[in-house]
Amino acid sequence: MIGLISYLVFFTTIAAILSIAVLGLNLHWGNTGLFNGGVVAFFGAGAYGTLILGGTPQSGHLGGYELPYLIALTGGMVIAGFMAWAVGILTLRLRHDYLAIATFGVAVAFENLMRNATGLAGGATGIRGFERPLRSALGDGFTYNVLFLIFVLILLAATYLFLERLIRSPFGRMLRAIREDEVAAQSLGKSPSRVRLTAFITGSVIMGLAGGLYGTFYAFISPQDVLPILTFQIWAMLIVGGAGNNKGAIMGAFLIWAAWTASGWALSRFAPLDVQLYTGSIQFVLIGSVIVGMLLWRPQGLFPEKLVVSQAARPK
Amino acid sequence: MIQHLVDGVLVGSILSLGAIGLTLAMHMLRFANFSHAELLSIGAYAALVFDGLFAALYPLLATKIEPLSLTWALTLALLISMALTGASAVVIDRLIFRRVRAKGGELSMVFASFGVAMVLRNIIGLTFGLQSQLYSKDIVMALVLSRDPLLLIKPDQVFSLIAALAIMAILHLILSRTTFGYALKAVAENPNLAQVSGVNLNRMIVLIWIIGGGLAAAAGVFYGLSNQINPVLGRDLVLPIFAATIVGGIGSIYGAVLGGFLVGIASNIALVILPSGYSPAVPFLIILLVLLIRPTGLFGEERT
Repeated sequence: MIGLISYLVFFTTIAAILSIAVLGLNLHWGNTGLFNGGVVAFFGAGAYGTLILGGTPQSGHLGGYELPYLIALTGGMVIAGFMAWAVGILTLRLRHDYLAIATFGVAVAFENLMRNATGLAGGATGIRGFERPLRSALGDGFTYNVLFLIFVLILLAATYLFLERLIRSPFGRMLRAIREDEVAAQSLGKSPSRVRLTAFITGSVIMGLAGGLYGTFYAFISPQDVLPILTFQIWAMLIVGGAGNNKGAIMGAFLIWAAWTASGWALSRFAPLDVQLYTGSIQFVLIGSVIVGMLLWRPQGLFPEKLVVSQAARPK
Repeated sequence: MIQHLVDGVLVGSILSLGAIGLTLAMHMLRFANFSHAELLSIGAYAALVFDGLFAALYPLLATKIEPLSLTWALTLALLISMALTGASAVVIDRLIFRRVRAKGGELSMVFASFGVAMVLRNIIGLTFGLQSQLYSKDIVMALVLSRDPLLLIKPDQVFSLIAALAIMAILHLILSRTTFGYALKAVAENPNLAQVSGVNLNRMIVLIWIIGGGLAAAAGVFYGLSNQINPVLGRDLVLPIFAATIVGGIGSIYGAVLGGFLVGIASNIALVILPSGYSPAVPFLIILLVLLIRPTGLFGEERT
């Protein structure tokens, strides 16, 4: 029984962390119409940033500044935001699909850099030796995991409330206006490229937060954690949940993560040994089919975006 | 240095073939097709299957065309693979892209293309296994063109380069001399006006997929001749091919050709300075550089 509960805690922690990343993507794609093909790069920047800033000194690579945890986590988010700024400023004024190509490139380059630059981030072996916050007081056991889950859930709720407020604010209306009709928004004196850049950076910072929490949870990060498949999983979560709907995004994250772990478990439990080598391939086909299938048969997702009438237009 | 340059030209010809199809589809259908590089894998594996089939049916065909490792069977298989890959590109469009196009925006197509790429790549992996395969297990000695500086080149690579250039020359003649070529230019210029003038848009789209698929198949086979073929071939080539189209300017066929060679050469020369582990990131640096200096690429037009 305790095993089941502690597994549920583990599962919920990861699903909640991924939900935060999906919320960030929802701001990009759902609310602003920006295509981020490299979610994992911003997620990874947050994770690496947090672990490098907050870790214990390591020989052979940068890091070990032992900053207080919350400062390290914020530092990781800032790094993710800075990366988004650099990519955004180059691509957001161009054709829409340039952003897709450039962000996809960022993800490839980021993974490549982390794998090769041993002096920067430990190379292929990743970063170890991170002291999880309050570990000396709480120990490593079940209590710690439950408290960490609560911490993650609080941050998830905070992100959710922040985004809900944001999209109901004048800024959110502007985002939707630009997404729906750029020329019309421009004619009202809005600057689409600047608004897009703000939204792009904000969403990426949220992805950085998710990455930072992920790194904290495992107290370890390596190039294996920042492979492109994570981007696709996060997309599938958003598309299944419903782009533009924050509740849907969180539901999608839990649903897809449950399906992913369940399919992995079923394949390792029931598939013959020679098929197990191909477990990854089978799961990738599944996630690819989910993305394509949703786009074909239910592009609005399971929980579609609620159309809102802005206050001024509401009949008195 | 000179070796890097030569290698770059050889890789460049493969990237060019891939980029031509990608730039056409990106221009006409207005979406970045991340599954285009998977057509190279389809082509490479289709040729592998037919090569084995022909060699088994007519052992005579399995003789090598000296001094290449290429056999007559593989040459035939290449042609069949080009046709088949073109056809599968049309089928993929019918089944998925056309339906998504009818439903939603251009960016939904980009999403769909990622999904398609993942499904195709892993189905290939499940069918043919994850290990690398070779068209010929014989070792072909590289020719020593010069000893100082050392310059090695394989006969297969020379063949690939010449064949790629020949294919591009044929394409150039088709585009500049036939009604189809004019129609294509007209559609690229202004789809509505072209339709009013009697160009059948849907037929043009089918033709573009056939051309793109055929060229991609040739690129895949040439890549397999000088390297190995494996299921992640598409994943490894997608970024360099995108870099080639962006360098050349989206929509420009000649730009794509030039872009392919430039990216090939630049990626190889970069290895003089950078450790070889960084080579997958080089195309990204090229993309950033182009976006910084000249976002429309060499021959691209400004368009939103």
